[in-house]
Amino acid sequence: MVNISVRLKYSRYRLDREAHIKVNYEKCRNCGRRACLTACPAQCYLPQPENGVVFNYEACLECGTCYIICDQGALNWNFPKGGCGISYRFA
Amino acid sequence: MSSNTFDVIIVGAGPAGTTAALILARKGLKVILIERGEFPGAKNMFGGALFGRVLDEIIPEYWAKAPVERFINRKIITLLAEDSAVSLDFNSAAFKQAPYNGFVVMRTRFDRWYAVEAVKAGAVLLTQTTVDDVIREGNQVVGVVARRAQGELRAKVVIAADGALSFLAQKAGLRKDFTPEQFSLGVKEVIQLPPGALEERFGLTGDEGLSNEYLGRMGDGLHGGAFLYTNKDSLSIGVVAQAHSLKEKQVTIYDALEKFKRHPAVAPLLEGGRFLEYSAHLIPEAGANMIPRLYTGGMLVTGNAAGLVLVGGVFLEGVNCAIASGRIAAETVLQAFEKGIFDKRAMAEYEARLKASFVLRDINRYKSAIPLLMNKRLYEVYPSFACRTLENWFTVDGTGHPKLAGMVKGLLGEDVGLWQLAGDGYQMGRALLW
Repeated sequence: MVNISVRLKYSRYRLDREAHIKVNYEKCRNCGRRACLTACPAQCYLPQPENGVVFNYEACLECGTCYIICDQGALNWNFPKGGCGISYRFA
Repeated sequence: MSSNTFDVIIVGAGPAGTTAALILARKGLKVILIERGEFPGAKNMFGGALFGRVLDEIIPEYWAKAPVERFINRKIITLLAEDSAVSLDFNSAAFKQAPYNGFVVMRTRFDRWYAVEAVKAGAVLLTQTTVDDVIREGNQVVGVVARRAQGELRAKVVIAADGALSFLAQKAGLRKDFTPEQFSLGVKEVIQLPPGALEERFGLTGDEGLSNEYLGRMGDGLHGGAFLYTNKDSLSIGVVAQAHSLKEKQVTIYDALEKFKRHPAVAPLLEGGRFLEYSAHLIPEAGANMIPRLYTGGMLVTGNAAGLVLVGGVFLEGVNCAIASGRIAAETVLQAFEKGIFDKRAMAEYEARLKASFVLRDINRYKSAIPLLMNKRLYEVYPSFACRTLENWFTVDGTGHPKLAGMVKGLLGEDVGLWQLAGDGYQMGRALLW
């Protein structure tokens, strides 16, 4: 198992003050599959002990995988404010 | 004209948007190119290959000016099993010569350079600006709303080049909601190698370079593949996984990448390397099955935003399709300006021209590759089947070599029956051969 957060320490981000993706946690609590936990390539979604998830936007790579796999309609998905978020250097 | 009014607004400074901006600015139109990243390319990522013949027509001998890493003269396709691999290794002298078949590039450098070319031609580049919506008057798109003070910008035509997730096409009512089956997720690491290691390990001299695409089961069951590209003195290495399998298998793509890096055929290539950066991006992979309505009054959709990626199994091409679509969009807009008509009928010319170009011709020609790529045996059975067959055949252990057909028959039945093999062979043939 890789610790992806160590990888992402090398990335350059400019953080917005608020999250660009708004998660309706109420809907996540009723989600049996919670595919976002493993599908997100930056591990932005972490499990809550019983059910539900917590989303941390800081390491988000803005790929949109959560947006296309979430079938609970739990995400209000937007790009970050201009200039904010990930800034690649070698991609 | 006020400062918030333009001839053309282009959203997204990737290859599609920048191409359109460059061509329109050259013709003297008042063009604004809007990019949400800190600079053009800051949000962009791909495996590594730019097939630039289409760019050569726009910027002759672009390779002498653009930040390219290496030309690609060697293309390797590998079937990957658990601890073995079988490859087709193509090496071409023609690909080493101008106008070159393709180059490895980094998008952070290439897209930035390309946008500066558009600015030199007269386009206005507005970075760090996210566009949230289109402005409509009746059936006509007449501008966009940017997320900033006085964010309403108006133009005769809006070109959406806002990438794989195109919210602009959605806001304009041109595309349906996405499904996981339409996308793959790609992740990539760039790894710096010790001086001289790249040339030695891959047998490269000068600016020679290679691409290696791998087909197989990734990690613990993801459907997709992997890739490796040679940069100047680093490697780009990554994994691509179909989003539906990410959803179903509950396997992470970064664990799959780590496993790929440990594969005995791959690990020695990375020895002594220093990790530089990890990146991720979605790839629209449903070809003809996901192309939105490409135009409406006052608006055109280009590049990844229009799902214009050639998915042909052995081909996965996006940037050349993006450049071509940006160019065709620009030509359509120029014609509209000549006539002074920007309605839906005038914009329809874009689709007609795309259909006549290699972009939609290839995407349609290879559309039977899409169901093939959704065939799970392509990942779960055949790569290991091929490797096991060859391993048995090549083994010299004093028991003798059976003939190949007998051996294949012996392995059949374990994972796949004869009829299934024939059916899949036919599907593969339809996808690629005829």
